[in-house]
Amino acid sequence: MSEQQHIHLPQGSVEKQTTTLNLGPTHPATHGVFQNILEIDGERVMSAESTVGYIHRAFEKIAERRPYYQITPLTDRLNYCSSPINNMGWHLTVEKLLGIQTPKRVDYLRVIIMELARITDHLICNGVVGVDTGAFTGFLYLMQFRELAYEIYEEVCGSRLTTNIGRIGGFERNFTPVAFQKIEKFLAEYPKALKEFETLMTRNRIFVDRTTGVGAISAERAMNYGFTGPNLRAAGVDYDVRVAHPYSSYEDFDFTIPVGSTGDCYDRYLVRNAEMWQSLSIIRQAMDKLKGLPEDVYHADVPAYYLPEKQDVYNKMEALIYHFKIIMGESDILPGELYNAVEGANGELGFYLISDGGRSPYRLHFRRPCFIYYQAYPELVKGAMLSDAIICLSSLNLIAGELDA
Amino acid sequence: MNIDWFFIIEKIALISGVLALSLGVAMYSTWGERKVAAIIQDRRGPNRAGFMGLLQPLADGGKLFFKEEIIPTLSHRFLFILGPSLAMLVACMTSAVIPWGDTLTIGGRQVSLQVADINIGILYIFGVVSLGVYGIMLGGWASNNKYSLLASIRAASQIISYELAMGLSLIALLMLTGSLSLKDIVEQQRHSYWNVVYQPLGFIIFLICAFAECNRTPFDLPEAENELNGGYHLEYSSMKLGFYLFAEYINMFISSALMASMYFGGYSFPFMDSLGLDANLITILGFVALFIKIICFLFLFMWVRWTIPRFRYDQLMRLGWNIMIPIAIVNMLLTGAWILYKQG
Repeated sequence: MSEQQHIHLPQGSVEKQTTTLNLGPTHPATHGVFQNILEIDGERVMSAESTVGYIHRAFEKIAERRPYYQITPLTDRLNYCSSPINNMGWHLTVEKLLGIQTPKRVDYLRVIIMELARITDHLICNGVVGVDTGAFTGFLYLMQFRELAYEIYEEVCGSRLTTNIGRIGGFERNFTPVAFQKIEKFLAEYPKALKEFETLMTRNRIFVDRTTGVGAISAERAMNYGFTGPNLRAAGVDYDVRVAHPYSSYEDFDFTIPVGSTGDCYDRYLVRNAEMWQSLSIIRQAMDKLKGLPEDVYHADVPAYYLPEKQDVYNKMEALIYHFKIIMGESDILPGELYNAVEGANGELGFYLISDGGRSPYRLHFRRPCFIYYQAYPELVKGAMLSDAIICLSSLNLIAGELDA
Repeated sequence: MNIDWFFIIEKIALISGVLALSLGVAMYSTWGERKVAAIIQDRRGPNRAGFMGLLQPLADGGKLFFKEEIIPTLSHRFLFILGPSLAMLVACMTSAVIPWGDTLTIGGRQVSLQVADINIGILYIFGVVSLGVYGIMLGGWASNNKYSLLASIRAASQIISYELAMGLSLIALLMLTGSLSLKDIVEQQRHSYWNVVYQPLGFIIFLICAFAECNRTPFDLPEAENELNGGYHLEYSSMKLGFYLFAEYINMFISSALMASMYFGGYSFPFMDSLGLDANLITILGFVALFIKIICFLFLFMWVRWTIPRFRYDQLMRLGWNIMIPIAIVNMLLTGAWILYKQG
C-alpha cells in the first residue's frame, strides 16, 4: 500500500485557504484549448486567471508572407464555427482596399451564406450552453440542422467546416439550383427545430435559474472592455456592424437588432436565439431579392484579381497572363492602410490591413472578439460558483481558434 | 439440531435470482437508457451488436473487463479499491427486503418471493442506502484529484440533505400503514387503494429524493461531466468504473422497486383477487405487474435525464432544505390530522 503523499508546508507558514483548480487546457467545458487558473473556496470562485496561447499559430505573421488570396484559408481557422463570415470579411477588406464594386447579386449571395454561418454559430453556442447546464437533448435537436447548413456550404464551395468560400471579388463558381433548393429546405425546416429548442429551454425553470444573473456585465463595463456582438447587445447596447457600417448591401435588408438588459448568460442566450430568427428573415429576404437579378453574375468584373475561366486561360493571352499573375501572387495591390469590420457571429471581426504595395500585406491584424471577451472572464466569474464559471465560459462563446489566432 | 435444508436451498436460489435480476435489469437499463435517449434526441441508438443492439450491454461489459486497470500513484490504494466495491455491495444488498411477489406453492411448500421479510424493512433500506454514499466519498477522496474531491463533497452533502426529506415523507406513509415491513405495506394496498391516493404529496417528495439519491439528472452534480470531467469516478478505469456505473443503475432499479412497492401497490394489481385464478398464476402475474411498474419508473428516470438541465450546488441545497423538508413536515402534519379525524 503506497502512502498518500502530502505537501508538507514549512513550520509556521500560513496554509493557503483556497484550492487552485486548473480549468483546462483539456477540460471538456473549455471546448478547445485554453486554461483558467481558478482559486476556489469550496465551490466558490475567488479569483480566476485566464491563460491563452495553447493553439497560437501565428496567423498574423504567416499572413505577411502570403499573397492576398492565400490568406482566406487562414481566416477559416479563426472562428471555425462560422468560417464563411471570416472568409468574406477578408474578401470585403481587400475589395475595400482595391476599390472593387461587387454586383448586387454577389452581395445578396454573400449575405445568405454569412447569415447561415451566423445561425450555425449561434446554434452551437446556445446548444452548448444547454449542454453545460446538463441538458444534452436541445443541443442535438439543433445540431441536425447545422448539418443542413453544412450541406449548403458543400454545394457552394465543396467543403464544410473550414470553408475557404468565395474569392476576392465574388464566388469561385455560381450557385447551383441544388444549392437554392437546399437553402429553401433549411428555411422550411429550421424554424420548427428552433421553436422546439426554445420550448425546451427558454422557459425551463432550472435553466432560467441556472443562467439568470450569471456572468452579468453592465453596458458600461462591456463597452470599456470592448465587447461587441451578441455579448454587448445582451448588455443593452444596440451596436451591430451590419447597421452601423453596412457592408455587402446589408442596408437593403429589414431586420431588428435584439437587445437584452442585464448582460447575463440568460440574456445572451435570448439575444442569440432572437438573432437566429432575424437571420432566417434576412435569408428569406435575400432569396426574394435574388429573383429579379440576372442569374449568371457571381463575381465582380475585376480580371486582375479574379481568376479567369479555365477555357479562357487556354485560348486568350490576357486571361493566361492574369491567371499566371494571380496564381503567383503578383497582382498589383495598392499601398494603403485600412480597418474593415464585419459583424462576425461572435462580435465585430475586424481586419486591420497595411499594404505597402507588395505582394503580401505589410501587416495584418485580426480583431478577434473572443480574445476581448476572454479578458473580462475573471471579472465575470469572481464570486460565482464553479458551475457558473463553466456556463459563463460557454455563454461568451469562447472559441479557441479565434482566441489564439 | 434440525436444519431445514430445503429452506436454505430455497433462499440461496432466491438470493441468486434476485442478484441476477438486479444485474440483468441494470445491464439492460444501460441499453434502455441509450435507446430512450436516442428516441428523445431523434437518433437511432445502439443497433450494431445483436438485434436492435440487444447485445450492446455485453459488449460494453466485455470492453470494461479488458480495459487496462489504472490506479493513480498518489491515490490511497486500499480506499481506491474499496470505493467501487462498497458502492456495488450496497446497491446489491438493498434488494433483500423487497417483496418481488406473493408466495408460490411448490410441492406443498410455501415459497415466499422475498429474501427476508424483516419487520424493519424500511429502516434496513435506509441504513443500507446511507452507506452508499461512502462508496462515492471514498472513491472521490482516494483518487487524490481535485475534481473527484469536489464531486464527493457534492455527493455527500446532497445525499445527506435529501435523505432527510425522504425519511420525513416516508414517516407520513408509515403513520398510515402502521408497519415498517414492506410485505405488510404491499398486502395492505392489495385490499385497498394504492398508497399514492392517500399520499400524493409524500410520493412526489419521495420521487424527487429518489432522483437525488441515485445521482440522476437534475441532481447529477457529483458526476457533472461538463463541470467536473465526470466527477467522483474521474480517475477510475476498467471494471472499477463499471462498478460505479452499474451501481447507479442498480440503485435506480431498487428505487423504482421501492416506489412501486410503497406507493403503487407492489406486486398487487387491480382485480387480482376477484379473477378466480390459480394462486400460483396470480403470484406470477403479480411479479409481472411489479415489473411493469418498475419499468415505468425506470423510463421516468431516463425521460427526465434527457429533458431537463441540472441544478447548481446552492440551488440544490436550497431546494432540499428550504422547500422539500418543510413540505415533508407539512405533509406529515396533514396526515396526522387526517388520521385523528378518521378516528373521530
